[in-house]
Amino acid sequence: MNMMSESAVEKALDQKMSDASHKMIGKDVSVYYGEKRALFDVNLNVRENTVTALIGPSGCGKSTFLRCLNRMNDTIENCRVTGKITLDTDDIYDNNIDVVELRARVGMVFQKPNPFPKTIYENISYGPRIHGLSKNKADMDQIVEASLQRAGLWTEVKDRLHESGTGLSGGQQQRLCIARAIAVSPEVILMDEPCSALDPIATAKVEELIHELRANYTIVIVTHSMQQAARVSQRTAMFHLGQLVEENDTDKMFTNPDDQRTQDYIMGRFG
Amino acid sequence: MTDVVSPAAGISRAKSVRRDIGIKRRYAAERRFRAYGIAALSFGIIFLMLLLWSVVSKGYTAFQQTMITMPVEFSQQIIDPQNERATNPQKLMTANYPVVARNALAKLLNVSVDDRVAARAVGQMLSDGVRVQLRDLVIANPAIIGTTQTVRLLASGDIDSAYKGQIDLDVSQENRKINDQQLGWMTQLSDSGALAKHFNGGIFVNGASSRPEAAGVGVALIGSFYMMLIVLVLALPIGVAASIYLEEFAPKNKFTDLIEVNINNLAAVPSIVYGLLGLAVFVNFMGLPRSASFVGGLVLTLMTLPTIIIATRAALKAVPPSIRAAALGLGASKMQTIFHHVLPLAMPGILTGTIIGLAHALGETAPLLLIGMVAFVANYPTTPLDPSTALPVQIYMWANEAERAFVERTSGAIIILLLFLILMNVGAILLRRRFERRW
Repeated sequence: MNMMSESAVEKALDQKMSDASHKMIGKDVSVYYGEKRALFDVNLNVRENTVTALIGPSGCGKSTFLRCLNRMNDTIENCRVTGKITLDTDDIYDNNIDVVELRARVGMVFQKPNPFPKTIYENISYGPRIHGLSKNKADMDQIVEASLQRAGLWTEVKDRLHESGTGLSGGQQQRLCIARAIAVSPEVILMDEPCSALDPIATAKVEELIHELRANYTIVIVTHSMQQAARVSQRTAMFHLGQLVEENDTDKMFTNPDDQRTQDYIMGRFG
Repeated sequence: MTDVVSPAAGISRAKSVRRDIGIKRRYAAERRFRAYGIAALSFGIIFLMLLLWSVVSKGYTAFQQTMITMPVEFSQQIIDPQNERATNPQKLMTANYPVVARNALAKLLNVSVDDRVAARAVGQMLSDGVRVQLRDLVIANPAIIGTTQTVRLLASGDIDSAYKGQIDLDVSQENRKINDQQLGWMTQLSDSGALAKHFNGGIFVNGASSRPEAAGVGVALIGSFYMMLIVLVLALPIGVAASIYLEEFAPKNKFTDLIEVNINNLAAVPSIVYGLLGLAVFVNFMGLPRSASFVGGLVLTLMTLPTIIIATRAALKAVPPSIRAAALGLGASKMQTIFHHVLPLAMPGILTGTIIGLAHALGETAPLLLIGMVAFVANYPTTPLDPSTALPVQIYMWANEAERAFVERTSGAIIILLLFLILMNVGAILLRRRFERRW
């Protein structure tokens, strides 16, 4: 029964995905670090309620592209982005889009768990607080609990909400960071190799979480692990030397890719 | 069979003939390096001990003062012969109190005040500070005139030095400050218990005085306190704001590079140059008063700023970039990121830098000499604009005095200054601990 309903949900989601609108559209995106060009005219669309995995060898530009999606590249000196990226219909590099507002809509989870050196409660409540998402304490408690529930961390930390977030294990810290990102109710969540610093059990938990989050959020994940891409994503994009090699359904990508380079990479011939 | 044996033999041979990879040499180098370290440390500790021992052994006596406890008759005849104090309150201010004290001591020693020479010798055993001591008593309570009270009066600086054994008594009496007769009286008083050493509270509260026994660092303490307050109030916010701008907001270009080089240079500029700058700008150009702790505070602020800026920038740089990324990724503005996350994490470093800067400023003398804080100030400054001195300047001035009793006072003042420095550094450590535990 349970299985049934779950697969029904999956089906519904996949149905939704296939005719999903494109949540974010990247058109001719190029990135320069000073004189050095890191991305070459990438055209990549991110579908709504879909997990899109970005794969490729180190230095291929997948993280650079990810960081364009919420303009985290702005913080890097000498970094220049050309082309056009839209979120729904808004050009995110347009002058009248505020970067603070953009990042509230496009959240991010980083490679290394980076909780604030504050309590677990404060970690979660910080985002909603600065964006004014709660009216009172009870409201905030509600947001904190809901975020931790969604991140599957509630039962583990509910008795120590007011202890430091840095006292948690690596996997718990990363789920705390995901809960922190969820707390501001973003539309898109960007994940930059979220499991690379975690052990296999913690990785499994985070992957499971990503799977569940798909129902409510659009997720873009950068990963080094092909298995992870195959497990968590519905769409996969392969980058190589700053260029987008191929973008396809994950199933097709890992069984019958269109591009020879993708084939070689997946087979482990380079990377 | 041979197949099984041969690899085993190979392994054992590899074991017996070990490569020389210089293990012994490496450990010897490590031991040598440790020995250098311990030697350097011992060298430092020995000199520190030498300094502390020299200061403390010379200075601890400054916290004790020889005093004479005796009945004093507040004779109406001497204080107010015409009984005009009701109409002329000035009378009580200008009365001849030293004679009152001298007569009391002469009576105690059974010396006739009519013997002019002996009476003068008796008078010299008491400090000129008794004038103030007795005057304060009488003004506080004029009713004691005509009565006899037991009062503890300051002995003169020379008696104090002699009683503490600081005067060489083998020298013939013509060549020393205290003659044999006075020495005899001193022993007599000491045997009867009238003359004894007591805790010297005066050194903490008195202002400048040419009599060592009545001199204290009171004015200097207030002046130093005002200056520290001004430095803290000005240098901390200005320094932290400048650091935050330079570190977080300023574009990295030739201009900011130039500023950076200049800040590092300013930290190394001799403090006397800041004193000249203060004299030219604050005193001569802006017309602020000379000798004022306000001007001293401004000069020390200029001097402390580079230290605070350098320490704050280092502390800001040390905050992990992942924290900034986390806050920015949540949609915090740059300002919120800095004030909510970066600054609190940098706080221990900023506080440490600030307190080290303050401690440095507390001990600074040269710039204060130039703006006229090397002055004889007997009265407490009520505002930072009043003339005052500072602790290190007081030490400098006492070190220049000729009297024997000023030597111990110089060391005593150094001890007080060192105590304040230790207090500040302990404060820095405690504050840092507190913040580190919270974060």
